[in-house]
Amino acid sequence: MTPELGNFALALACCLAAGQAVLPMVGARRRDPRLMALAPALAIGQLLALLYSFACLIDAAINDDFSVQNVAANSSVAKPLLYKITGVWGNHEGSVLLWALILGLCGGAVALFGRDLPSALRARVIAVLGGVSAGFQLFCLTTSNPFDRVWPAPMEGQGMNPLLQDPGLAFHPPILYTGYVGFAVPFAFAVAALIEGRVDASWGRWVRPWAVAAWCFLTCGIALGSWWSYYVLGWGGYWFWDPVENASLIPWLTGTALVHSAIVVEKREALKIWTVLLAIGTFSFSLSGTFLVRSGILNSVHAFANDPARGIFILGLLGLVIGGSLLLFAIRAPQLTAGGVFAPVSREGLLVLNNILLCSICAVVLTGTMYPPFMSLLFGKTISVGKPFFDATAAPMAIPLMAFMGLGPMMPWKRAQLWPVLRRLWWAGALTVLAFAVAAWQVRDLLPLLAATGAVWVIASSATDIVERIRLFRIPLGASWQRARMLPRAALGAALAHAGVGVSVLGLAAMSQAQHRIVEVHVGQTEMLAGDAWTLTEVRAAPGPNYTALIATIEVRHDGRLVTVLHPAKRTFASQNQTTTEVAIHTNLMSDLYGVLGDRHGIGTQATYVLRLHYNPLAPWMWLGGLIMALGGVLSLSDRRMRVGAPRRAATAGLVATS
Amino acid sequence: MTRKSRRLWLVGGCLIGLGTATALTLSAFSSNIVFFMAPSQVHAHPPAADRTIRLGGMVVAGSVRQQKNGDTPVSQFDVTDGQDAVTVHYEGILPDLFREGQSVVAIGSVLADGSFRASEVLAKHDETYMPKEVAEALRRSGKWDPRYGKAPDAASWNSMTKSATSQDKAAPQHGS
Repeated sequence: MTPELGNFALALACCLAAGQAVLPMVGARRRDPRLMALAPALAIGQLLALLYSFACLIDAAINDDFSVQNVAANSSVAKPLLYKITGVWGNHEGSVLLWALILGLCGGAVALFGRDLPSALRARVIAVLGGVSAGFQLFCLTTSNPFDRVWPAPMEGQGMNPLLQDPGLAFHPPILYTGYVGFAVPFAFAVAALIEGRVDASWGRWVRPWAVAAWCFLTCGIALGSWWSYYVLGWGGYWFWDPVENASLIPWLTGTALVHSAIVVEKREALKIWTVLLAIGTFSFSLSGTFLVRSGILNSVHAFANDPARGIFILGLLGLVIGGSLLLFAIRAPQLTAGGVFAPVSREGLLVLNNILLCSICAVVLTGTMYPPFMSLLFGKTISVGKPFFDATAAPMAIPLMAFMGLGPMMPWKRAQLWPVLRRLWWAGALTVLAFAVAAWQVRDLLPLLAATGAVWVIASSATDIVERIRLFRIPLGASWQRARMLPRAALGAALAHAGVGVSVLGLAAMSQAQHRIVEVHVGQTEMLAGDAWTLTEVRAAPGPNYTALIATIEVRHDGRLVTVLHPAKRTFASQNQTTTEVAIHTNLMSDLYGVLGDRHGIGTQATYVLRLHYNPLAPWMWLGGLIMALGGVLSLSDRRMRVGAPRRAATAGLVATS
Repeated sequence: MTRKSRRLWLVGGCLIGLGTATALTLSAFSSNIVFFMAPSQVHAHPPAADRTIRLGGMVVAGSVRQQKNGDTPVSQFDVTDGQDAVTVHYEGILPDLFREGQSVVAIGSVLADGSFRASEVLAKHDETYMPKEVAEALRRSGKWDPRYGKAPDAASWNSMTKSATSQDKAAPQHGS
């Protein structure tokens, strides 16, 4: 019964979403306040229906209702409770429902927090979100219904892919999806602005918090995904330039550009058309990213089972959303008043440069991702483009980006001079030169060397920005503290986010110096790696809830002193006839010791084991940097000026500032 | 600075950015594209020794051997598309889903002696799933058409020798 209720709630949500798409839009056109007032009510109604529907699916999964096909195909009685819940979104149907739910949440958030928006704009934004919602719920209902029943119901489910039974992956999809779907709100704002034919400073002010929030989630999602592949897949790698990973990186790059260009709209009323295009583009990339992967066009490890009907529906839906919004853009954009053109040496000039570089990197990644499928579609050639391609293209463009990143926040608006800014950055520059010297002594390759130097520059200049603002060491400490407390949180957040980029890049650069060895040893044998002695002391078998494990014990000693004991394992899942590798990692934040247990050869006392041992310097910094970036975003969201609740005061302040 | 020269700066910046991106992409495309090859293609047109390729096919059942090169274990196995087989050497731990008689993709280069040194071996996450490129190579070799049911039994890949395929090819000619 519960699955039917869930199905009904989903259908109800779809109807409400359709109403939400049409009625407020008509209301905004006719200036009918009653129709416009329907928007938030419908959005919240839709959200409640979706929540109920999602709860029903979780209920079916927890209670092992194998008459529901989705549960039968992806769950089993022996699966731990946590994975019964998270398994709901570990498959195609469930993840589409989660996608729809998050979109519903976005609509609900605009309805709740957007009370101070002009009513017509709010009605239109919610209507656009409703339209997108209706499309995806229809997709869910017609081609990927998670509530479909199976007859006769099997006694036991087929179980879940053991690789997905991992706490990191349990929370990775919801966070990543929130990032993807979150960009629907800036998209809706952009479409609403195009319909209204007006983009001004206050539009930039309203759209920015939503973009920043989505950006934070996307950043966390990407970092979490990368961390997952590092400790689960057991290859010692963290980023494979897989089409799915690129699909998340592309909207992240344009989203980062959007977050920056929206500042220019807000402060200078320039770059308006460009920002609208970025908002449309970012969501379009998010959509194509999540769904082209599913359609099987991109050959990827993440591809779920394919079905032609789904592919056609998705392509149609993507065409409608992306094509429609671009068409609207083409018709309406010329009517938007173009903003002023400004000096190249100024804050806005550098923000433009940031946009140019980010979009160029994005174009390169997009080309590398889409070239192989197009070649096979058009010429029947099977080629692939891997890490060497992206290293050779994206990395050289990231280095000038970092160089200018240090200058940007220090640069005054409108008209600036380069020299005074450089003079204030002298110690950051000195530190960078020092870092370059140290790194050049350690690192032989040019790219990691430049990347590490750039990273130090970014961190040092972000610190300088804050130090300069609070006049640390020039005025008494107490006064500095006072200034620090008065400092806009957005400035602190920006500095923190920039420093986060530096931390991540430092981790990436150091990882290029990682060392590893593959050895075949018997119990008791010691191998050396990166100055540590690794000894395999024991291998034993142990049963788990739905698998049997082979667990090794490796002692790592440095100069005779025990550093850590690692327990890498190999699990065999009988129900799927699959094995997974459980990596053991010891981290002290400066480096990771990473051990993997491979095959056993021979039996009894003659048995030897294949081990792969990695020494990964600064590895945790890669994800730590992502977390710092997201924290910076959250900090700037907490800025009073960013809060959506204050647009009226903000609008007048904006007028004063521009006049 | 006049409005015009400012606009010129902007356009110049965009052009430089996109120009660099294009130049980098083209230069990387000329050297970093990895072609997919089936074992019979490797034999027909051996790629240059420094050229990285993706070799795909089925692992010949019973062909997996383990050797030791000092302390480093080396796995050896044959990859076939039913017409030809290439011996792959791989230093490292084979992926969890690696199975004899199942599809595999190895990334690496062909050595002078015709063997293949892999730097990476990929087996799909989903056991029943055959990489598109491998399925296509098998279809071309005439051994299995994915449109007509499942792949032949793992053991049968062993018996698919060159002579067997040439007989297969000869058979329809008699009929016509």
